[in-house]
Amino acid sequence: MSYAALYEAPGPRGVRRNRLLAALVALALLGLAYFVYVQFEARDQWAAEKWTPLLRADVWATFILPGLAGTLAAAVAGVVLAGVFGLVFAVARMSEHRWIRVPAAAVVEFFRAVPLLLLIFFAFFGSYMVIGVNISAFAAVVFGLTLYNGSVIAEIVRAGVHSLPKGQSEAAYAMGMRKNQVMRLVLLPQSLRAMLPALVSQFIVLLKDSALGLIVGYDELVDRGLNGIAANFSNVIPAAILIAAIFVVINLGLDRLAHRLGATRTTRP
Amino acid sequence: MKALLLEGSTVLAAFWMTVRLTAISALGSLVLGTLLTAMRVAPLASLRAAAGCYVTVARNTPLTLVLLFTGLGVGANLGVELSEDIATNNFWLAVIGLTAYTSAFVCEALRSGLNTVPVGQAEAARSLGLGFVQTLGFVTLPQAFRAVVAPLGGILIALTKNTTIALVVGVSEASVRMREMIETYGDQVIEIFLGFAGGFVLLCLPMGLLFGRLAKRMAVAR
Repeated sequence: MSYAALYEAPGPRGVRRNRLLAALVALALLGLAYFVYVQFEARDQWAAEKWTPLLRADVWATFILPGLAGTLAAAVAGVVLAGVFGLVFAVARMSEHRWIRVPAAAVVEFFRAVPLLLLIFFAFFGSYMVIGVNISAFAAVVFGLTLYNGSVIAEIVRAGVHSLPKGQSEAAYAMGMRKNQVMRLVLLPQSLRAMLPALVSQFIVLLKDSALGLIVGYDELVDRGLNGIAANFSNVIPAAILIAAIFVVINLGLDRLAHRLGATRTTRP
Repeated sequence: MKALLLEGSTVLAAFWMTVRLTAISALGSLVLGTLLTAMRVAPLASLRAAAGCYVTVARNTPLTLVLLFTGLGVGANLGVELSEDIATNNFWLAVIGLTAYTSAFVCEALRSGLNTVPVGQAEAARSLGLGFVQTLGFVTLPQAFRAVVAPLGGILIALTKNTTIALVVGVSEASVRMREMIETYGDQVIEIFLGFAGGFVLLCLPMGLLFGRLAKRMAVAR
């Protein structure tokens, strides 16, 4: 979508004025860049020994790749379990039986409203008191990711099924299908197509949220970058920039996938 | 239950910190997000590109990393000091991180709101002789705001929950207090968790209802 309707196509004077403004903007951006440069310089942030470790193979092998593996492991486990959780609770929430529908709705609404970090803390610090064993940081992170994102996915699935024309389920019932056949063979497969973009953007949210593992000491990418690399080479800023770049590249790849699957990403913080 | 009652005042103080973080970051994100939206639709390609880059980076980076960057990078390594008092300094660093992150989502919401405003509105404004800033400021943006009240409410709720991550900058808000209390009152873990979770539900539920109602009332009839 272009926003050219918001302004006139510039005439000769407008073109000159826009050139002047563009130059001023460029100057301001350069000024900002220079300010950052000077601040970095004053704090010795450009020192080669802060940046060159990021290019070393052993740094990648010790910190970045294991961190990336940790992030992806938590994210994949989270996606799979959250998908199962979401599907089960979406179907439960659409049940005809009140005693299934109401508790399912309560669970979904509760876990959507609770900050993910509280879920992770509850699992990690409270597990010994509640179930008698200390669970690993990985398990705590996946627990939180599953319950929170699973609840969001349940709502996405429910919205997807509701968006289908009523005739679909009516026709399926008319053919003599049972309730679970209607849901399993007719409604869910069709709605899956409609909700794929929303699902992919939720996966991006999940991937970003896996970085919370750092707080309970799970070895994921942000932790390996800032507590691993930066602790060894005291280069917090270069390490943070590299880690951010890795996340941006992965997420833009997923974004493009969502685009190809049909629609623009609906953004959720 | 006993622990929550016993520590009632410290729990409330922790939630008060959550509320303050949320309120100030929300205002900051609204202002910065609106500015970014204006930049993204501006006639100057350089402004559009700058805002576009910013939004792409900010919304694809984990908030944990953004806050660590403001806390460790900007705060500790670049030596930016916003206050003599460490707690106040950390508070403002957290506000900067939360604002930097959330404004990208505000910008995306507002831009999608601009898409709902019919082209005729901007054309009519231009035919009256309004320039870009006037067209955007007086005609299209106000309508865009009315169209995205509900999404902005969703962003505010997400921001409220996201303030828990401010603990990585050293702000002692609700999540920090919950962790401390779980460690102190090990026998009441479930009650403590439910209490803090309930606190967030109490904060977010009215927001959802309010913004839902506002969205209906302010919707533009077309």
